[in-house]
This record gives sequence, structure tokens and C-alpha cells, in this order.
Amino acid sequence: MTDALFVLTLALLLLSPLAIAGVALINTGLGRSRSAAQSLLGCLAILAVTAVVFAILGASLTGSAGGPSFSFWISGKPWSFIGAAPLFLAGLDTAQPQAQLALLAEFFAVALAGLIAWGSGADRLRLSAGIAIAAVLAAVVFPLLAHWIWAGGWLAQLGDHFGLGAGFQDPGGAATIHALGGISALAIIWITGSRKGKFPKEGLSTAMPGHNAVYVLFGSLLSFIGWMAFNLSGAILWLHTPASALAATAINTLLSASAAVIATFVVTRIRFGKPDASLCANGWLCGLVASSASAALVPPAAALFIGLVAGIATPLLVELFELALSIDDPTGAVTVHAIGALWGLFAAGLFSSNIGQFTAQLVGISALLGFFFPLIYLLFGILNRFVAFRVNPDGERIGMDLDELGGGAYPEFVIHRDESYR
Amino acid sequence: MKYAGLLVMPAGFFLTIAAILLFPAPAPRAAFVFCGLGVEALGLTVAVRGHMELRGGRAND
Repeated sequence: MTDALFVLTLALLLLSPLAIAGVALINTGLGRSRSAAQSLLGCLAILAVTAVVFAILGASLTGSAGGPSFSFWISGKPWSFIGAAPLFLAGLDTAQPQAQLALLAEFFAVALAGLIAWGSGADRLRLSAGIAIAAVLAAVVFPLLAHWIWAGGWLAQLGDHFGLGAGFQDPGGAATIHALGGISALAIIWITGSRKGKFPKEGLSTAMPGHNAVYVLFGSLLSFIGWMAFNLSGAILWLHTPASALAATAINTLLSASAAVIATFVVTRIRFGKPDASLCANGWLCGLVASSASAALVPPAAALFIGLVAGIATPLLVELFELALSIDDPTGAVTVHAIGALWGLFAAGLFSSNIGQFTAQLVGISALLGFFFPLIYLLFGILNRFVAFRVNPDGERIGMDLDELGGGAYPEFVIHRDESYR
Repeated sequence: MKYAGLLVMPAGFFLTIAAILLFPAPAPRAAFVFCGLGVEALGLTVAVRGHMELRGGRAND
């Protein structure tokens, strides 16, 4: 890696926390005002906990491409499944520049995955539970997946060992960040349960809109800068894209998000008579998530199509999940991050000219759904026995801010009686 | 029911691994991988149904 490319990648990585800030704002805006401070404090806490846990243990289990790892042998081929780097980031100062940048990217990636999962438990997931969940993700789950995809694990080696294109590709973190965060969100929703009053015994589900559309929309804009950073730095680190080709990746990211938000705008305008601000923000985000898998790999027309599909699907699936499947997902984490990422990964294979590459993407998707989702559900189910996920009913009624922090986010405003409770 | 669904999903994953190991030709391999994904989708459907809160006073545990 040349010095210029190193500096460029470092600069891009230092912009990627804007995605973290954007998602934090979106999570808070889509929750209720009585839980706003707890939501943002949780984001800060998760950022800190994931960093520390990943430094102590996670980085060791992630490893690096070409570094020490544990493998088992099947059909005469090594299947590298976990890294074996030193604990506590020992040897960081003598590591190759590219490895150091990859490590920095992984720090931000695991934090973002933790935030996505945190948002799904808005208004009922306890802060201690959110921290414990983030610790589990940073210590075990993310390192396993990141090793398989980014650090020379068996998914990355599908091309070399089995002729499946270039192996499973995920330059922007669609699988390692967004799919992981989205499926963790679904596990949390199922384990924690829905918000009180959300699904009454009779009638439609209760609408519980976010308390601040400005947070949500501004968070979407901030996220855009962070996503550009993740996609471009990922293209350099994992695909070894030359600097001269990065503009195309940036353009594809913009096109995917733009097509998605336009599609969501039109769909909500047709469906509800007026465009829905929070759904449009989610549509924009879903386009960005889909671009994480595909922006560095597909032509611009494909990026437009990918975003278009993501934007059409977002409002429809949000409605389906809530009304038909009784999934209480305040931030739309499952739709935007899980479904958006899976679509992006699938589309990256679909628009590849190589059937082997398409198959490799399918294998990666299969690993996410068939291995990681049950694993996460199991780990979180066990964790719930030790660190209760759900707040007590009185705490949920008065809000997470008062119950957990002793003070509200907006002390000068009167909190009105919740007429939707029944 | 929800746990049964979550147990079926890894079966689909192992089907895709078997597809990589057993089928050298690209088309049958891709088709078998799709079958594995289909099994995972089936498991996920069962898990979703198991977690859905039923209206009318009955709820899944």
C-alpha cells in the first residue's frame, strides 16, 4: 500500500463515525421522547464497550488476512473459521499498514452493528442489556463473521478453494455490519417482546410514531457521509480497488440512496396520500445499506435498480412486519438493515457476470441466516437469563429516561398522558 | 414452534455447505444452494409464526 493510499484510507475511515452518529440520531428520533436520553447514552455506551471488548478479545478472534488462524480440513481444503492473533492488540505497532487500517475499520464496524441492534429495543430494552448485547457481539459474533469475510476465512476463500468467483464479497460491510445488526435486532425484538399497548387484543396495532422527525432526517444526511466513507475505504481494504476507481463507488452509493428515497417517496405518496418523512428516511437508509454490498462491484445502472427495489420494498415491508407479523421494530432495523443488506448482497451476485460469484454470495447469505441468526438468538436468549432485557412495566410507563437515568431528555416540556395506552 | 424453526435454519445452512462439497458443476451447485436457502426460509417462516402474537387473547410464549 502506497503512502498516499494509506493516508486516503485513513482519512476515509476517520469520516466513517459519521454513520455511527447518523444512526444514533435516527434511533433516538424514531423512539419516544420519554426514552430519548437513554437511547443516545446507550449509543455512546455501546461505542465504548464494543471498542474495549473488541480490543481485548474480538480483534484476536477476527485476525487478519494471511495471519494466524484456526482451520479444519474438509475435502482436502482448509476451512479457516476463527483468527488466532494475539490478545490485547499485541503487536499492533509492528503490524502492516493495511492491517492496521483494517483493524480500525473493524472497530467502527462492530460499533455500528451494535447500534443497529440497540435501536430495535427502543423504549423497552434496558441499558445494561444493550451493553451486554454489544459486548457479546464484539467479543464473539462479529469477530467470527468478520474473520470469515474480511480476514481470509472460508467465505473469502470460496473462490480459491471451490472456484466460486472471487469468494464471498462484502466491501462495505453489508453482511458484517448491517445484516448482523439487523438479525440481532430481530432476535432482540422477539426476546424482549413488543412495547406495551403496541398490539392490542383487538383492532389494528397502535401507532407509536417517532418523537422527532428532524433527528431522523438529519441523521440520514449525516449517515450518507459515513456510508461513503465505509464504502470507499472498504473497496480499498477488501477489494484492493485503485484510487482511480473510487469515484465510481461514490457515485453508485449516491445513486442507490437517491433511487431508494425517490421510490419510497412515491410509494408512500400513493399509499397514504402524502409522503411519510420517517419512511422516506428509512428508504434512503435502505438504499445506502444495499449499496454497502454492491457500490464497489456493479455498474451505475445496476446501482440505480438496486436502490429502486430497496426503496419500494422498505415501506411495504415495514407495514407487513408490523401489521401482519406483529414485529414491533421502532427503528425499522430488520427491514432497513437485514433485508436491505441481504438484497444488496444478492444483487451484487446477480449483476456479476460469473455464476460462481452469484453462488458465493448465496452461500454467504445462507451463513448469515442459517448459522448466525440461530447462534445470535441462542446467545441472547442465554444472556437474557443473566441480564434482563426488558424494563419493568412501571419503568416502561414512565419512560426509560426517568427509570434508568433519573431525568428526562426534555425537562422543560410537559409530558402528556399517553392516550394510546390501553 | 419458534424453536423448531430456529433449528431447521442451520439444516439449510449445512445443505449449502454440502452443495459446495458435492457438486463441482456450477449449475447443480447453485440449484442445491438455492434448496438450502429454501429450507432456511421455511425455518424462518415457522419461527416467525411461532413468535407472532395472536389476537383475541391468545399469545404465543
